Amino acid sequence: MPIKSPFFARTSALCNSMNWKEWAGYYAVSSYGTLHDPEYFAFRYSAGLLDITPLFKYRVKGPDAAAFLSRIMVKNIHKLGVGRVSYCCWCTDAGKVIDDGTVMRRAENEFFVTSADPGYSWFSRFLRGYDVVLEEISEEVAGLALQGPTSRDILKQICDADLNNLKFFSTVKARADGFEIYVSRTGYTGDLGYEIWVENEHAITLWDAIMSAGKNYDIRPAGLDALDVTRVEAGLILKDVDYFNALYALIDDRMSSPYELSLGWTVNLDRDPFNGQASLKAEKENGSKWAIVGLDIDWPQLESLYAKHGLPPEIGSHAWRSSVPVYISADKKYQTGYATSGTWSPILKKNIALATVEKKYENIGNELRIEMTVEHKRYTVPAIISKPQFFNPERKTSNPNSQSDE
Amino acid sequence: MSKKYDAIIIGGGHNGLVCAAYLAKAGRKVLVLERRHVLGGAAVSEEMYPGFTFSVASYVVSLFRPHIIRDLELAKHGYEVIPMDCSFLPLPNGDSLARWSDPQRSRREIARFSRKDSEIYPEFGKVMTHMGKLAKAVIDYPAPDITSIKPKELSNLLRLGRTFKDLGPDLLHLNTKLVTMSALDFLDLWFESETLKAPMAVSGIIGTFQGVRSPGTAYVLLHHYMGQLDGAFRSWGFSKGGTGGISMACARAAESFGAEIRTEAPVQQVLIKKGNAEGVVLENGDEIIAKTVISNLDPNRTYLKMVGEKYLEDDVLKEIKRFKLRGSSGKVNLALDRVPEFSCRPGDGDHIRGDIAIAPSIDYLEKAFDQAKYGEFSTRPYINAVIPTLTDPSLAPPGKHILSCFVQYAPYNIKEGAENWPKYREAFGDTVVDTMAEYIPGLKDSILYRQVLTPWDLEQKMGLTEGNIFHGELSLEQLLFQRPIASYAKYKTSIPKLWMCGSGTHPGGGIMGAGGELCARSMLTSRSI
Repeated sequence: MPIKSPFFARTSALCNSMNWKEWAGYYAVSSYGTLHDPEYFAFRYSAGLLDITPLFKYRVKGPDAAAFLSRIMVKNIHKLGVGRVSYCCWCTDAGKVIDDGTVMRRAENEFFVTSADPGYSWFSRFLRGYDVVLEEISEEVAGLALQGPTSRDILKQICDADLNNLKFFSTVKARADGFEIYVSRTGYTGDLGYEIWVENEHAITLWDAIMSAGKNYDIRPAGLDALDVTRVEAGLILKDVDYFNALYALIDDRMSSPYELSLGWTVNLDRDPFNGQASLKAEKENGSKWAIVGLDIDWPQLESLYAKHGLPPEIGSHAWRSSVPVYISADKKYQTGYATSGTWSPILKKNIALATVEKKYENIGNELRIEMTVEHKRYTVPAIISKPQFFNPERKTSNPNSQSDE
Repeated sequence: MSKKYDAIIIGGGHNGLVCAAYLAKAGRKVLVLERRHVLGGAAVSEEMYPGFTFSVASYVVSLFRPHIIRDLELAKHGYEVIPMDCSFLPLPNGDSLARWSDPQRSRREIARFSRKDSEIYPEFGKVMTHMGKLAKAVIDYPAPDITSIKPKELSNLLRLGRTFKDLGPDLLHLNTKLVTMSALDFLDLWFESETLKAPMAVSGIIGTFQGVRSPGTAYVLLHHYMGQLDGAFRSWGFSKGGTGGISMACARAAESFGAEIRTEAPVQQVLIKKGNAEGVVLENGDEIIAKTVISNLDPNRTYLKMVGEKYLEDDVLKEIKRFKLRGSSGKVNLALDRVPEFSCRPGDGDHIRGDIAIAPSIDYLEKAFDQAKYGEFSTRPYINAVIPTLTDPSLAPPGKHILSCFVQYAPYNIKEGAENWPKYREAFGDTVVDTMAEYIPGLKDSILYRQVLTPWDLEQKMGLTEGNIFHGELSLEQLLFQRPIASYAKYKTSIPKLWMCGSGTHPGGGIMGAGGELCARSMLTSRSI
């Protein structure tokens, strides 16, 4: 039985569709309206406000906090500056990904970590010998994601943070009306956006302040259905959809290394020991089996398949997340991988997917075939490999009056 | 009367009925003889009080083999099992722990006792799923004899070996631990919270005369984890109409294939001529001739009562006499005029629709065992209770309920001697009611009827020697190719043409049907019938 987030009084009053799902043991809105499209367009053209309280949250404090996190994460957290945020994953000794999340350096010796699965037990296995305190604050801290082009203008109204100068993947403590918040310029939409963290007791006040400030900027509460479309457009992978937690995966075939998830860029190999280092070094040397790629699915061919049945293309506005075979040729003789999620992208006007394929086929521009079921019959259509990051607007990383800056 | 049968099965328990169904399905002429007026043996439903149907002895199901359900079309014949959603542990301090099928809900519950344990719990589940795969390879086939070099034995061994090998080294090491460790030591490999470990550890002692700290009990724990319902490993469920519903489905299946079943037909002994089993003699003196005889009774009864010592070689007799039965549990079934309400978590919510464990701590369980060691029943026993009427209203009148309590320890050999159990029956019943009433304050006022079964009663009523619910302890030296005895495992006995198909054969107790099936298959493939 899920529990209610501190924003439930507001989200439930607004959720006209009664369309909820379970997210990490919380009730979470799938879409506020019967159709999620307006929420999607809010993310892309104005601002969407999403309750992200169900993320697991940890505070890591102490003189060895950076060393401890560097031991766990594939990234060297020593290098993370105060006020900066890092997207990372963490691995088993075999170099298989357990989960991914963000690490935010709030002070020299204080970090804030988010994860999708509960991580306390895993993290605490490595506390030994480090002068550090690990605290789970999942149920004490609430979170909101305010994402979209007008998000900065809205957030400016309710807190004193210098948002014009807050860079992409940075975080800052700020004062709202009578309480403190942490703002980070992060999100899961691949757009300009912020995540705001607040003590539970001020959650409703924060929600009200943002919604009220957002009125003139077309803010809209948004649910997970809209988020799912944006995250596929942004090429952001999702645990339990595009990969599985190695601790819970029943078979090795369901486990993935960071390289296989195309997260090799997050791995800092040559440094003090960290979990999975030896295995990842070996994999780096010998090559990986898989890669996650973007697929740009051929529209004219899809349209002609529907036309064959006398139908216009019927493609829902929801992102899908089922496993779909990917072949190297139309005769389906060799399956090189599988797509795990996909969507029609309203902003790109493209039919896109994220797929796991054999490394040798990962090159951008390669043509593979993806299975498509049209009117109960299975066909394949061409799918061109592209960067998973289909949508990457300049505003995501830029600051007013300055050059784009990562 | 001398109608000639291919096989006579002594005992209409679920294994006997499964065996009958398989043989009849293969075209053999089979007769099942049941002593009582009702079929099922220990998997039996009986109306013990007007309107109340008790699962008198065995009360939940998990281990029943899915392929038997398919082979015998049991669903068509009324096999209905409803999975449980919760394992509930009320605690004396007013707290409680409920473990749910919903993983996030379980995580939150366990985290109140240990955050670490709450997150490791799914990892443990994953490991046990792998172990369960191994168990499937073990229990769905006759146990290979490691001392034999016959090609068939070797190929069986090889198949098992491959399954082991597929586990990988980590799980193999774990498996070695599993067969040698105590249930508690095994759980200590994962968990820190006693509140979590105590109700998990009890799976290691059910039906054995051991404590949760006794070596070897980890295997029994696995035995209870081997279950599979609707393809999901480890889940337990209620049989519609009580566990007798399963037996009746097996009986109907057997009859549909042409088997003949007679109740109130107690067998006096196996008819042995020139050393061979040739039929049976009923208590009324009738002789029934058959090409083979199959005993669904426990090894003790089969050899010592149905055959008789004079027909046994000395070594066999010794082994059978050494076979450990040592019943350690009793059963108290209560008819109630209302839903039992737990003070720690009031209401008739989903938490009481699964199994309810009275196992508040490891020491509680170990103390309960201590008393049993010296021939007393536990004054505060481990109890596994269920309220099946919350899931299956057909078992009691509307608004009325059944509280079924499996109780351990109740040693068969109390210090006054087993035959004195009747004198202590009500005191034992009071102990159980008193224990439950500590958690359900209104319990005593709501009892309409109470049925108390001591191990002595299980022996008298069900024919379970020494009241052992598994037809013999599930300890390693009595398992696999040594069940029931090393010289005669694999469903054969020392008497030619006499076979065994009960829980005293591999793979052992629980409502599995495996013994019945494997016996039938062994007979058919060896062309013994």
